[in-house]
Amino acid sequence: MAGLLSALRTPRGIVTVFLLLVLAVLPLLTQAFDQRYLLSVSTRIVIWSIAAVSLNVILGYGGLVSFGHAAFLGIGGYAVGILSAEGFESGWLQWPVAILVAVVWATLIGALSLRTRGVYFIMITLAFAQLVYYLSSGLAAYGGDDGLNISRSRFPGLIDLRDKAAFYWLCFVLLCGTLWFCSRLVHSRFGYVLRGAKSNELRMTALGFPVFRYRLVAFALAGAFGALAGILLANDGAYISPAMMSWVKSGDLIVIVVLGGIGALFGPLYGAVAFFVVEEFLPPLLDLLHRGWGEYWQIVFGPLLVMIALYARGGIDSLLGRRRD
Amino acid sequence: MDYLLIQVLNGVQLGLLMFLLAAGLTLTFGIMDLVNLAHGSLYMMGAYFAWTLIGWTNSFVLGALLALPACFLLGVIVEIVVARRLYARDHLDQVLATFGLILFFNELVRAIWGPEGRSIAVPAFLNRTVNILPGVPYPAYRFALIVVGTIVAILLAWLVARTRVGMLIRAGASNRRMIAALGVNIELLFSLVFGLGAVFAGLAGLMAAPIASVKIGMGDDILIVAFVIIVIGGIGSIKGAFVAAMVVGQIDIVGRAFLPDFLKTFMGAASASAAAPAISQVLIYIVMAAVLVWRPTGLFGQRT
Amino acid sequence: MHAAESIHFWVVAVTEPLLQADALVKRFGGLLATDNVAINVMAGEIHALIGPNGAGKTTLVGQLTGNLRPDSGTIRFAGRDVTRLPIHARVQLGLARSFQITSVLREFTTLDNAALAVQAHDGHSFRFLADARCDGRLRDLALRNLETVGLGPRAHTLASALSHGEQRQLEIAMALAGAPKLLLLDEPMAGMGADESRRLVALLRGLKERCGMLLIEHDMDAVFALADRITVLVYGRAIASGTPDQIRSNAEVRQAYLGEGVL
Repeated sequence: MAGLLSALRTPRGIVTVFLLLVLAVLPLLTQAFDQRYLLSVSTRIVIWSIAAVSLNVILGYGGLVSFGHAAFLGIGGYAVGILSAEGFESGWLQWPVAILVAVVWATLIGALSLRTRGVYFIMITLAFAQLVYYLSSGLAAYGGDDGLNISRSRFPGLIDLRDKAAFYWLCFVLLCGTLWFCSRLVHSRFGYVLRGAKSNELRMTALGFPVFRYRLVAFALAGAFGALAGILLANDGAYISPAMMSWVKSGDLIVIVVLGGIGALFGPLYGAVAFFVVEEFLPPLLDLLHRGWGEYWQIVFGPLLVMIALYARGGIDSLLGRRRD
Repeated sequence: MDYLLIQVLNGVQLGLLMFLLAAGLTLTFGIMDLVNLAHGSLYMMGAYFAWTLIGWTNSFVLGALLALPACFLLGVIVEIVVARRLYARDHLDQVLATFGLILFFNELVRAIWGPEGRSIAVPAFLNRTVNILPGVPYPAYRFALIVVGTIVAILLAWLVARTRVGMLIRAGASNRRMIAALGVNIELLFSLVFGLGAVFAGLAGLMAAPIASVKIGMGDDILIVAFVIIVIGGIGSIKGAFVAAMVVGQIDIVGRAFLPDFLKTFMGAASASAAAPAISQVLIYIVMAAVLVWRPTGLFGQRT
Repeated sequence: MHAAESIHFWVVAVTEPLLQADALVKRFGGLLATDNVAINVMAGEIHALIGPNGAGKTTLVGQLTGNLRPDSGTIRFAGRDVTRLPIHARVQLGLARSFQITSVLREFTTLDNAALAVQAHDGHSFRFLADARCDGRLRDLALRNLETVGLGPRAHTLASALSHGEQRQLEIAMALAGAPKLLLLDEPMAGMGADESRRLVALLRGLKERCGMLLIEHDMDAVFALADRITVLVYGRAIASGTPDQIRSNAEVRQAYLGEGVL
């Protein structure tokens, strides 16, 4: 309670607490005002926040520009989808399997990718994601390019994922859990090693840290949480398709993380909210200026990204005042 | 045997197209240290410019020739407005900004040319076959692509290896400060290199148009393959880009041409023809991973 | 029998140098950067390595730390052959180094830097939840190391805000974290004012009891004030090795340094 009160003393604390409170009671609001669409947008915001938080672990804290993060979402989603298509509908089976597969894959490609640096790392992560993408589009038995309608994971007696509000709350609770984990991770011994290696890899090695191993574990962790987001995404639409892991989605995730404030704990949340708010509200806004312009909102959004990259590196988080660390 | 020869030629033709795209990318990477995701957009713009200009002039050759300076101009504008501000920034900034450019260009094309795809017809004088060997016909347009691609590749090799500009380009890749000390206008050099890359990308786009089609986002997926090529070849190396493009071209075509039959031996015909293109794409990435495991800076990359 | 063996073992333990490099050779293309060099450091000794620029000092140190792999030759440290061990494994054995170019973690506080160094020697760091800032094991020892080098009052300053001399002090505090057996100091005085240098000389002399040191340094006042033995490296070859007095009077050394006027 004391922590909450002290958090409310900074603009960042006020914004974050307010945002989390609104997200916590959102289904009640959307029910009261009969805004079912808003609930579905919010569900997506929460799920993409989880994905962005997981990317922030390697991108923000580890300083590793992974350009293939959407693949982990895809792996999570396809694990659920394939198991469900084969008749294994229990979430207790599907979810752990999905996360396990993602962790194994992340460890494998991490072990190869983390040998490279800089641009090579960006490109090799992208290429591995493309590999998964093409593999999934080659799975004719599971819909190929078109994707596949699936039935949602079952947790009998616990929760019915077809209930939109219940599903939303599940996502929200998982987001809170992910954020909590990250808040602990940053200042843990592991987090210090990860951030130290971002600051000065050579120095950390000279201190005696086998940096590669720590980065690999961070990569696998990020993959696990990415898969969680993918699991939720598949259950949200009861649908999987290669599109959920196209490289543009990986780009979107980077945009969300940078937009929110790279390496900031709640940055991915701000970023996801901002991203979807822009996507939903920029078109009608443009339409107000001139009928028909709204359709071309990305003509405005694209240059906006350029401006952010050039002039606003700290993202939304930096607008909320200096970070205390 | 004839079938094999034709497929190999198709691979060469694809490889040359990919080389044109990858050459500009590897130059901007190697010299300006810029990750330019928007390079694929220049490929797309080349095709759309050509579509419009061919419509105006009623001539494929004239339209194509006019599209090239348009691409150059566009490249220079992009360089001055956005790219040059990114050279000194870290890769994440570059990825973000040029990702923004992709969104911008895709939407711009939709606003100007509309959402539906366009097509450019094969010019009449090339709409026939030539006998590459007695009794082995090959589409003349594809053959022309090989000829043009080869000429441009040789030109580029000559430019980089033999001319003063090329010397500066090679020096720039290894020592940017030295060029500035030589009194060369480095800003102008970078604008020219970027514009040149745009011309190659646009040329690849317009030459591919009659075979594929002109559509929004046409440069996005092929861009990733171009990245794979320069990573395999070693960033900054024109020679590496050429070798890697040839390898990738062969893998892709061979995969598409021969995998379905191979796969049919142990799966259904329908699944085989669905899986084959995917697997041939996957093969490219596996080759890249293997090269990077073997040499983390590519085949001809500078070892750090 | 047993007694004899253990006496024999004891004799070996005191006479074997802490660090013993033999017949090291390292080539870069046509350049012979390390030419059949042997060097050793005893426990509790400061051994200085000097030589003109380009003599191959950094290359030699690189092989000792594990950044470079020698083409031939062996390196023994604390009774083990470490020639093929990676950097971090050598650090774990007690071989710590400071850098020629100051390289602290600039985005972290002084205390964070020192604590990370302690953490490196406190088992693995796969601990994901406990707050390392509240970890007494790390913080107490880190603070003590900072106080040893005189940085106690600056514990909560960002490392990037420290002066050059202070950053070098921090480097040494970090090197001390693992209770190293041997410190490799690569030009610790570089870029320091006379005052700062004097303080560092006093600090290093005080640390001699704790660990042996291999000191690479251009500041000859510091070298002759500190070193028990000196080895002179020229064109990749060790041309002389001995006490400061022996080195001072060595004709070949004087030749090599002729014109530099430092001796």
